[in-house]
Amino acid sequence: MPAPHHGRQFARYLPVLPAVVLLAVFLAGPVLWAFQASLTNAGLTGRHARNPEWVGLENYQRLLQDPVFPLSLALTVLFVGGSAILGQNVLGLALAVLMRRARPAVSAAVGTAVVSAWVLPEIVAAFAAYAFFSNDGTLNQLLGGVGLAEVDWLYAMPMLALILANVWRGTAFSMLVYRAALGGVPAELTEAAHMDGAGAWQRLVFITLPVIRGSIATNLMLITLQTLAVFTLIWVMTAGGPANGSSTLPVMAYQEAFKFGDIGYGTAVASVLILIGAVFGAAYLRLLREQKP
Amino acid sequence: MADAVLLLIGACFVLPLLWLVLGSLDPAAGHGTKLPQQPALDNFAAVLTPELLFRPLVNSVLLSVGTGAVTLAAAVLAAYPLSRYRSRFNTPFLYGILFGTCLPVTAIMVPVYGLFVQLQLLDSLPATVLFLSATSLPMAIWMTRNFMDAVPLAVEEAAWVDGASRLAALRSIVLPLMGPGLGVVFIFVFIQAWGNFFVPFVLLLSEANQPAAVSIFSFFGQNGAVAYGQLAAFSILYSLPVLALYVIVARGSGNSLALSGAVRG
Repeated sequence: MPAPHHGRQFARYLPVLPAVVLLAVFLAGPVLWAFQASLTNAGLTGRHARNPEWVGLENYQRLLQDPVFPLSLALTVLFVGGSAILGQNVLGLALAVLMRRARPAVSAAVGTAVVSAWVLPEIVAAFAAYAFFSNDGTLNQLLGGVGLAEVDWLYAMPMLALILANVWRGTAFSMLVYRAALGGVPAELTEAAHMDGAGAWQRLVFITLPVIRGSIATNLMLITLQTLAVFTLIWVMTAGGPANGSSTLPVMAYQEAFKFGDIGYGTAVASVLILIGAVFGAAYLRLLREQKP
Repeated sequence: MADAVLLLIGACFVLPLLWLVLGSLDPAAGHGTKLPQQPALDNFAAVLTPELLFRPLVNSVLLSVGTGAVTLAAAVLAAYPLSRYRSRFNTPFLYGILFGTCLPVTAIMVPVYGLFVQLQLLDSLPATVLFLSATSLPMAIWMTRNFMDAVPLAVEEAAWVDGASRLAALRSIVLPLMGPGLGVVFIFVFIQAWGNFFVPFVLLLSEANQPAAVSIFSFFGQNGAVAYGQLAAFSILYSLPVLALYVIVARGSGNSLALSGAVRG
């Protein structure tokens, strides 16, 4: 009897409803709304705020002609590549490897320092990084102390400052992932390689890294998604400036929508970002499925 | 060798934080890091006022506790069928949930603003709580289901034999057994909501509703070009609850991976 069975099945899954409603209204809803609104000329104020008009693909055509958009896309790639894939990933792995060799007290102290930058509320971390890189900040104090020329980091090299700041802020996550992964590498494997005369680097490259490649892939995917969404750090340190020199996609979407009052155009930028996130999200799910057959 | 390299890297991580601590104790603090000439608690005294500190902190508490409670309730309810019944529905739902954790929340803030305008929910604390709950739900459901899977079905079945309903067994047997796990989920959601700047920055407009993350930005961004010491003092007071909660979780679960580890399922 299929009907009662379906009824029972439905009743069993009733408790899922509150979560599904919340997710549908506040996550799926805005995503669908974004794609729809990006086809209108919705404004922040004025008559287009109440009654947006359908403009078709106009916003996307504008996007392709807007010189800020390719710049913003390139800056986003630079930011994610530099701070997450290179910076956090490599530094996190290096920290995890070193911590297994160092004295426990040193390893614990350094671990606490790295994790502190990660646990702090983002606005506080952003202020601390701003002060560190500002013209009369700590970094220039140090450079001056050893006789090097001071640099106005946030104006002269905003992307470098942001990348370093995000490495400082986010490396803890990769470090924790790799500490757990290295703990799961069987000691016999590396010992056997050691007996065969493999050096420390060879053991790392040919034994350890292949064994933890699943964790590496997962970590790369997650930090890419996290870094793609970074807004507060950039907004506090440079606000996307100078002259759009550090306006990644989240900052550009925010500025178009709220500073220039063009919600339609801003959501078009946001839609591109959502699509990029969706591509990486789908890749991440495939990866997980392959790891757990 | 490893010790020296590690300590060097650790020093680089501590330096930006040092400014916060030293600056908060220095009434004449600037951007640079220096030992206070006359260390004093003046900065803390200056920010300990109702409109500057207490009201924003109360709003932060309302937002974070509200989000934690709503998220936990919805997550427990959703996790129960996903953990206890076998169905074709489970796998796609869980993958959908995981996909939801991947969504860049900053990307949907512009559309969410538009949605809130149309539904006339702007500047409403309860609506912001519901939105924050929705953003943290995917991760919370995932974690809660993992913790619930760890409670053996046999324990629950014993209660059914004694005549307890499923709901009664969930409340009196399963939930107490997963107490520490639920604590981790709650703290995890609380920390995220407490530290979130962008969501309340976009959705809460009046000062009376803004949490500390936003008030700190607007006050010091506009008026505080000289009051760096106060900025540092405010930052420390605002960060303390989160640091304390993190220590509790890290201690309780034996290692600091509890948060990210549970997240990765």
